This record gives sequence, structure tokens and C-alpha cells, in this order.
Amino acid sequence: MKAIMTVISTDRVGIIAEITTLLASMSVNILDLNQTIMGGMFTMTILVDTSTSDYGFEDIRAALTEKGESASLTIRIQRADIFNAMHRI
Amino acid sequence: MLNISDIMKTLDMIDHQHLDIRTITMGISLRDCAHPDMSVCARKIYDKICHCAEHLVETGCTIENEYGIPIVNKRISVTPAALVAESCEGGDYVLIARSMDNAARQCGVNFIGGYSALVHKGFTNGDRRLIESIPEALAETELVCSSVNIATTKAGINMDAVALMGKIIKQTAELTADSGGLGCAKLVVFANAVEDNPFMAGAFHGIGEPECVINVGVSGPGVVHSALKSVKGQSFDVVAETVKRTAFRITRMGQLVAQEASQRLGVPFGVVDLSLAPTPAVGDSVARILEEMGLEVCGTHGTTAALALLNDAVKKGGIMASSHVGGLSGAFIPVSEDEGMIAAARRGTLTLEKLEAMTCVCSVGLDMIAVPGDTSADTISAIIADEAAIGVVNSKTTAVRIIPAPGKTVGDNVEFGGLLGNAPVMPVHPESSAGFIARGGRIPAPMQSLKN
Repeated sequence: MKAIMTVISTDRVGIIAEITTLLASMSVNILDLNQTIMGGMFTMTILVDTSTSDYGFEDIRAALTEKGESASLTIRIQRADIFNAMHRI
Repeated sequence: MLNISDIMKTLDMIDHQHLDIRTITMGISLRDCAHPDMSVCARKIYDKICHCAEHLVETGCTIENEYGIPIVNKRISVTPAALVAESCEGGDYVLIARSMDNAARQCGVNFIGGYSALVHKGFTNGDRRLIESIPEALAETELVCSSVNIATTKAGINMDAVALMGKIIKQTAELTADSGGLGCAKLVVFANAVEDNPFMAGAFHGIGEPECVINVGVSGPGVVHSALKSVKGQSFDVVAETVKRTAFRITRMGQLVAQEASQRLGVPFGVVDLSLAPTPAVGDSVARILEEMGLEVCGTHGTTAALALLNDAVKKGGIMASSHVGGLSGAFIPVSEDEGMIAAARRGTLTLEKLEAMTCVCSVGLDMIAVPGDTSADTISAIIADEAAIGVVNSKTTAVRIIPAPGKTVGDNVEFGGLLGNAPVMPVHPESSAGFIARGGRIPAPMQSLKN
């Protein structure tokens, strides 16, 4: 399943490393990654493929939420279809 | 990959503009539950609903989590109960309502609609028994919603039913007086009722519908409002285009969710209802959209034109985004459920007369309006007749969901809580319509009905 992850936070060193390490530990494959500072905030979107992972979508979501809470990051993962539906004809 | 700003725009809609799927409603046919013994009929109804909707809520929650889009309500609509219970020999119809209520609780849904009768041309014995049981049924159950169709463009207006419904609404208010007449918030009187409406309180599973079906109602007044803020002062051509584009996006999301729910539940997809359904939350109001178009307060001169544009643009934008559009599809104007409408009514700018004019151009009718508790049944019937006339002549759905709030008078406030919100009590004309309502009979179908 292709999903879009969004990470929003105040900028600091190592956010990408922490997130990608976590994804690698669950064998979630990164297909594309975009990072910028938007309105002064660290904003990252990552297109991932969860089918490479043995974890279910719900487990991956829970792990990311937990990471977000412990590292003060707002992390979300949503199926990519919803963005495609809204922004592509 | 998707544009980062598109992604953030969607998240902003969800987080700050109240974008959500308002409801996934499963329509279930109960036609095979008829039985001469009412207790058997009630049991069959309970069993069938629980069987069909067993995974509805759980599936809705999974979709919500995977897509990150709130699905506010999961609901059930069923075949009008009058049709199912009619073959029962004796027995109290309230038993059917209780059975529906228990099944809804068991499935974990927010509401169940279909304690309904279709009497636009006349009553069967079962219709009459069901309608007479509505006050008690709504007082004794929590999740059951009721509706009665009293007119169609094809059949005209059943004025006997109009007269009866005025009395039924009064009785319902009296039996639920301790909660401000809450029972009336779960009772809709329709003209040209639609068979696939996913929204409550008027949802029922029409007789032309399949065994089981999934209908989805989208929402998003906050998103439309926010989009219009970016085109301040520009012409109506730009306003209409902006609403259309926004409605397209919202509806595409609704279509996606509807298809996903249908596939996972193994139930056919019916329709997406393109409605702008407000909530009492700030930033989720249809009235504020109208005000954004340049009106100081919703209800002032120009409101009807603004609503006409909004209603039309929502449909035009949404229709290309969905394979099947149905239900009510348009802007809702429920007073107690819309923060801007509440404020406008409290201020006295939004009146019953203006709301009546607005119902000529929007998707439903006089919705969630509190009137003084001493309003007579005849006056309520006359209000219903006026709305039905608008629906019948204009070949559109209209409805009346009115609460004669017991013990309350103009200026008071009635609190319903949750999505039902709170309503300022609005004045009605004190002059009587009793002679008009007492005539009974049928107002013939208009010329518009003769299309063949």
C-alpha cells in the first residue's frame, strides 16, 4: 500500500535520520521524500510503500504516533489515494 | 510525487476547516421481515439489521484511520417501517421502534432512520397506526429517527396527513418535554422524499433500493468558506468557480471513501450525497459562507440569491467527481445545527419567512427550527403545507423539522446538544390557520406532474 507520511515540527538536527531509521527498522520502503521549511516549521512529506513490511498499516501507524509523541513531532500517515483523489483528475 | 503544498492543503482542510465525511449510511431492506406476529417481525428486524451492519462501524473506523479523514457518523437506514409492520395482526408498533433501537445500539451506530410512512396520496391502515405511534416511539427510543412523506409532485399534497402531522409533532414535543422536545428533532415531514438520503433524521431505505447499499454524505462548509475568503470582493463568476472547484475536491474524497466502504463490506455502492452539512462548531457554518459573499448577517436581503448560487455550484462541482450522485445533494440550512444561523436567528435577522424563501433554492426545508411551545397543531400543519407546496410545485424535496419547545417562548433558547446544537425560539404568526387545515382532502398535483 502506498501512503503519504507528513512530519511537522520545529526544526532541529536529525529529524530525517530518526524517521528514516524507524521506517527502515520496519522494512517500510521510501519511494520519494520532500522536505522544506514552511512558515518557519520543518515540513516533510514522504511517499512510502508499506507492502515491503511485515507490519500491518495499523502497527506502522501506531509506531509512528508513538515516535511522534516521544520526539515532539507531528507525524501522520495516510493512504496516498486520498491526496490523489483530491488533487488529480 | 504529489505536490507538498497540495498535501498540506488537504491536511489544513481536515485540521482547521472541519473537512470530514459526515456519514456512511448503510441502507437495509426489511421487506423480508414482515410476519403476522409482531414479536416475530420485531425479532426478524433486529436479526437482519445486526447481521447486515455487523461490521459497519468497525469498517468505518478502519477507513478513517487509514485515510486520516474523520468519518463523523456511521448510520443505518431501513425500509419504511409502516410497509414492514403492516402485515402484523395487532400489536403495538412501538415494539418495532424498540427493535430498531436495540439493533442500532448493538451495531454501535449513531442513528437509525426509517420509522417512516409514505402517505402522499393517502393512508393505509398500517400507515395510520405507525404515524399514531411516532410520539411514543420517539420518546421511548434514543437512536430511532422517523419521517413521513405527505406530498409529491406526482400526487399532490395529502392535507389529511398534513393535519395529522401537526398533531403528531405537538404530541412528540409533549412526550419529550423534559429534553426540550428533542423527539421532534428526530421527526421529518417530507414532500418529495428521496429514497437514498444518507442524512438523518430523514433517511429511509426506499422501496426501489437493493437489498443492502452504502450511501455516503460528504460535508465541508468550512472548506468552502475558507476558499471564498481567498477571493474577497471578486465577481460572482469567480465565487461560483471557487465553490465548484472546492466541491469537486470534497466529493472526490467522498467517492473514494464510499467505494472503499462498499468494497470492504461487500455491499453495493449507492450514491454520494453532495451536501454541505453544517455543525454547531465555529468554522463549519453554511450561514458564514453566505455572509462571506458580502452579506452583513445571514437572512438579510440577498441571502436567497447567495444560497441559490452556493447550492447550484456545489452540485456542479460535485457531480463530475462522483459516479452516482443522489440523496438530497445541496446546502443544508438547519438553524440549530449551524453556528451562523443560530447567531442570525438570535439577532432577529433570520426569520421563519426568510428561511421559507431560502428553502425554494436549497436542498431541504425548514430544518431544526424551534418555535414557541404554545404554537397550535394547526399552525404547525400550515407551516408544513407551505413547505410542501414549495416542494411540489418546484419538483424538489422540501421538509419540515420543527420543534414546538414545551414551556418556551420567543427569545428563549433550546439546547439539544451534540450535532443537533441549540436553537433560539423563533416567532410564528399568532393568526389562526385552523379553518384552512380543517378542510382536509388533497391538494391536487400541479401541472408540473403531467410530463408524460
